[in-house]
Amino acid sequence: MTPTEIRTAVLDDLTAIAPDLDAATLDDADRLQDDLGLDSMDFLNLVAALHRRFGLPIPEQDYPRLVTLGGAVAYVEDALSG
Amino acid sequence: MPSLGADMEAATLVEWLVRPGDTVARGDVVAVVETQKGAIEVEVFEAGTVAELIAVPGQTLPVGAPMARLAAPGGADDRAAPPAPPPAAPTAPALPPAPPPRAEPPEAQGATGAQGAPEAQGGPGAPMAAGTQRGPGAQMAPPAQEAPDARTAPGVQGEAGAQGAAPAAAAPRDMPASPAARARAAAAGVELAAVAGTGPGGAVLLADVERQAATTARPPRRTGPDMAEMRRAIAAAMTRANREIPHFYLSHRIDLQAAADWLAAENARRTPDRRLLIGALLVRATVRALAAVPELNGRFEDDAFMPSAAVHCGVAVALRGGGLVAPAILDAQDCTLDAIMAAMRDLVTRTRAGRLRTSELTRGTITVSSLGEGGVDALLGVIHPPQVALVGFGTPRPQPMVRDGAVVARLAVTVTLAADHRVSDGRRGATFLSRIDHLLQEPETA
Repeated sequence: MTPTEIRTAVLDDLTAIAPDLDAATLDDADRLQDDLGLDSMDFLNLVAALHRRFGLPIPEQDYPRLVTLGGAVAYVEDALSG
Repeated sequence: MPSLGADMEAATLVEWLVRPGDTVARGDVVAVVETQKGAIEVEVFEAGTVAELIAVPGQTLPVGAPMARLAAPGGADDRAAPPAPPPAAPTAPALPPAPPPRAEPPEAQGATGAQGAPEAQGGPGAPMAAGTQRGPGAQMAPPAQEAPDARTAPGVQGEAGAQGAAPAAAAPRDMPASPAARARAAAAGVELAAVAGTGPGGAVLLADVERQAATTARPPRRTGPDMAEMRRAIAAAMTRANREIPHFYLSHRIDLQAAADWLAAENARRTPDRRLLIGALLVRATVRALAAVPELNGRFEDDAFMPSAAVHCGVAVALRGGGLVAPAILDAQDCTLDAIMAAMRDLVTRTRAGRLRTSELTRGTITVSSLGEGGVDALLGVIHPPQVALVGFGTPRPQPMVRDGAVVARLAVTVTLAADHRVSDGRRGATFLSRIDHLLQEPETA
């Protein structure tokens, strides 16, 4: 998958969890919880969706790498290429 | 129109999910209504056949107004489906804009009526005998004598009446949509049924409505419930709570380290879809602790406290965009930790999607409110009437705690109890919080 495809997929999962978010207005620097208002359940649901979609284990100790939208995209890229 | 909580006076019918002639069983979802808390699925509390749909989509109905008529399974007698006689609605235009309704909204009675617990047998909440035997939760609408706020009924209905002529024929089937999409569609005059949804299961999202609105030019029909209305509704319920309930408060700091360590080890073995949140442990411990102090679990209605054997544990969910709703995990006393977690996940997901059900909003016997991550130390709550206790958890964070005579940093959470002095006191409340603490020191037993 290209980085663009990964970003689109992450945005799909994110907007499914928070339907009021408009993918077109989101910035990679946006923090999922602090800026986009995800609570811990929303965040876990996002991790579960990414796990389902990409087959990645995403252990809890990796959560700090998924603080921002851009971080989450980069994490998936890294995990898929590694 | 059932009362969907201590702060609701009216709601707008969004769509019917049944048609005349359909057979319904108790608990079936028959309609979707828009409230200050988003779209809610209305369950029917009796079995029968849909005889007539009275309300039309777009119509705003006060709590207690009939929405449809239901024929009994035998086919003998017709009854209004939410089987209460229409309260004050028909005479509403003749009424002066009297002040009392604000002070005495119908929520308590409506909640009584909707309570499905076996002990809710009679009282003013039992609407009609109707010859046929009714289930324990047959009452769905409030009694007649508690007039809902008459001011909410007129005016809006006129508009609605002009809007929908053939409700049965035009009734769209189940149309999943986000609350934001519904609000935008209502404001823009966009029919949800005409929008191609791109969300999960074809759900209509805000962006879909915007796309449709850009291509369709129609005058706005009316604006949906806005945030000011929601705040007003919450204020009405909380004002009533502070007026009627002699609150007392207790606070206790709990060492969460053992629970957090157990959780981390447990989650390391689990795939993300099966992982647990500390919040589920807190709810589970609260539910279990109620067994030791049952007087904190139940409802205070008609000047009497009715303890509940079942724990229908309300869980406060913050709405994106502001406000909150506290749907209940029904029969939480029978739920394992995994089941509590699954129920919380389900409630949050459906809250976001605007798919909560009436029973979840009307049958709560206690409420837990957690600040979650990134919050502050403690939450001092206001009891949600007619419940008699609210448990608040602050944000878990490392705190200095004394262990074996030395000060050490431990993950800790402050739990608070707001309780009703009509049914309990500080000593019993302390027993309850201590019990929660004790249970959280043994997470493996959860």
